[in-house]
Amino acid sequence: MQFRIILQRVKRERLAFVSLIYLVILVLVAVFARYIVPFDPEAQDLNQVMIAPNGLHWFGTDELGRDIFTRLLLGSQAALQAGLIAILIPLFIGVPLGILSGYLGGIVDDLFMRVVDAILSFPAILLALGITGALGVNLWNAMIAIGIIFTPQFARLARGQTLQVRREPYVEAAKISGAGPLWIMYRHILPNIASPIIVQASFSFSLAILVEASLSFLGMGAQSPQISWGGMLHQAYSMIFVNPFMMIFPGAAILLSVLAGNFFGDGLRIAVDPKIKRT
Amino acid sequence: MFYKFLLRRLMYVIPMLIVTTLVVFSLILIIPGDPALALLGDNATADKLAQLRSQLGLDQPVLIQYGNWLLHALHGDLGRSLFTGEIVSDAVFSRLGITIQLVISAMILSFLIGMFFAITSILKPNSWMDYVARFFGTLGTAIPNFWLAMLLVAVFSVKLGWLPATGFVSIFENSGGFLQSVLLPAFCLGAFGAAQITRQLRSSLLESMDSDYIRTAYSKGLSLWPVIWKHGLRNAFLPVVTTAGLLFGNMLGATVVIESVFAIPGMGQLAVNSILQRDFPMLQGVVLVMVVMVLIINFVTDVLYSILDPRIEFD
Repeated sequence: MQFRIILQRVKRERLAFVSLIYLVILVLVAVFARYIVPFDPEAQDLNQVMIAPNGLHWFGTDELGRDIFTRLLLGSQAALQAGLIAILIPLFIGVPLGILSGYLGGIVDDLFMRVVDAILSFPAILLALGITGALGVNLWNAMIAIGIIFTPQFARLARGQTLQVRREPYVEAAKISGAGPLWIMYRHILPNIASPIIVQASFSFSLAILVEASLSFLGMGAQSPQISWGGMLHQAYSMIFVNPFMMIFPGAAILLSVLAGNFFGDGLRIAVDPKIKRT
Repeated sequence: MFYKFLLRRLMYVIPMLIVTTLVVFSLILIIPGDPALALLGDNATADKLAQLRSQLGLDQPVLIQYGNWLLHALHGDLGRSLFTGEIVSDAVFSRLGITIQLVISAMILSFLIGMFFAITSILKPNSWMDYVARFFGTLGTAIPNFWLAMLLVAVFSVKLGWLPATGFVSIFENSGGFLQSVLLPAFCLGAFGAAQITRQLRSSLLESMDSDYIRTAYSKGLSLWPVIWKHGLRNAFLPVVTTAGLLFGNMLGATVVIESVFAIPGMGQLAVNSILQRDFPMLQGVVLVMVVMVLIINFVTDVLYSILDPRIEFD
């Protein structure tokens, strides 16, 4: 289905469209954060410690007098990077493997699915933690770990979809006309199974933001001075008895971004489903 | 017949077990560079490095390493902590009870909350009760559990002083203290599950309340509650069993975060600490025990599902 038609259909889903706008703004903020932030994120003002939101410091300041609004804008970078990497790794590794497994079938497929099932039985965040711990604790490795734990899901989805289309007439026709298996998978199977994978990617994006925040909160993701919403919440938690307001905005930023990803995914699912017709 | 079915299901678990142990073991293989150096740090002496290499079996071929590790693991020997020298299996199992108490409490809470919202929402579709339930179902799956925990601690511990912000009392020591200490963490751990159950039970209840047997039950003269209880819920509950199985693994993983927030000395906290201390045998031990628990629960829900669903035949 064409991009323009999908966009039109998403527009009709009000919540999904609002979410899309939010996500676009989030991307713009992340890309241009360095130029639009009102303060230096590391500038400490010890006379202005943990003050409530006001005209100058919109979201108040932290325990070192740093501007929370500034840090929040910069924190969007870590969240978006995590979301992006968490989609790219499974798209480029999980999806091809899944298509291959479904297309080949037989014992290869059996073995591959056993492995996928086994990895899926790990509690996701625990496995992400283990991989991050092994690779070395930093934001980049945390993002790779999140990408790895999402890979089996995409592989399984791509494999299931491939099984559905591999006996379709257009695949048979391509085979008869002499196309090689790789070409068939790329040119005929992939485009026809793309829709559910894109929908899944949208949900994985928001889940990745959530997992990245959790890992950074635990100190397993972004390391100071790198700014992340999870890290800001970790810092706020140590101040909970002194100033509980510090935690409001970073948490709300995570929640809103995750909600936006989920709503957009819901809308997208309806938009790309040819069976649902709206007048 | 049923035993044959059980056996077949059990046969399916064994390859899963092999692959999962392989994954847990592989964690040590993906440490970049020399694992011994990475674990001990740059100041390690050559003696210490050599000792650790032979302790972890790093001086042997990978397959033999895995075989040895698996053989020891099967005997319950998961090695010793690199940090404290504690026996890993002892450390893990001493914390297992706390984590299980926490997860079961969270599971019970999420079922109670999920059932409450699902039932109230289908009583009058599109009423305010329905909207509250749907709002909860949406919010619960998106809110970061540690943020929820912080908000609740700020209100119920810091502001009101009703519930403790940290710590855990075992149910076997003091049941009153247990309830007080478990309420907040179990709620935060269970919020995601409660939302999932709300969503799923609501949609499957809506579907089953629209079916012929419900109309029949009404026309027999049954009133609303017996119909929901006996006919609606019983059929709508089947898919929830599967969800509950998946939720268990999810909650077990989430203890990593929740136990850290509430300073609960369970397996989740042990996992986090062992990473911070680069204590690899300990980390492998925790991950292994957790994933074996998940496999057991998956097996149980699988069997439970086929017992509950009369349409599934065992041969």
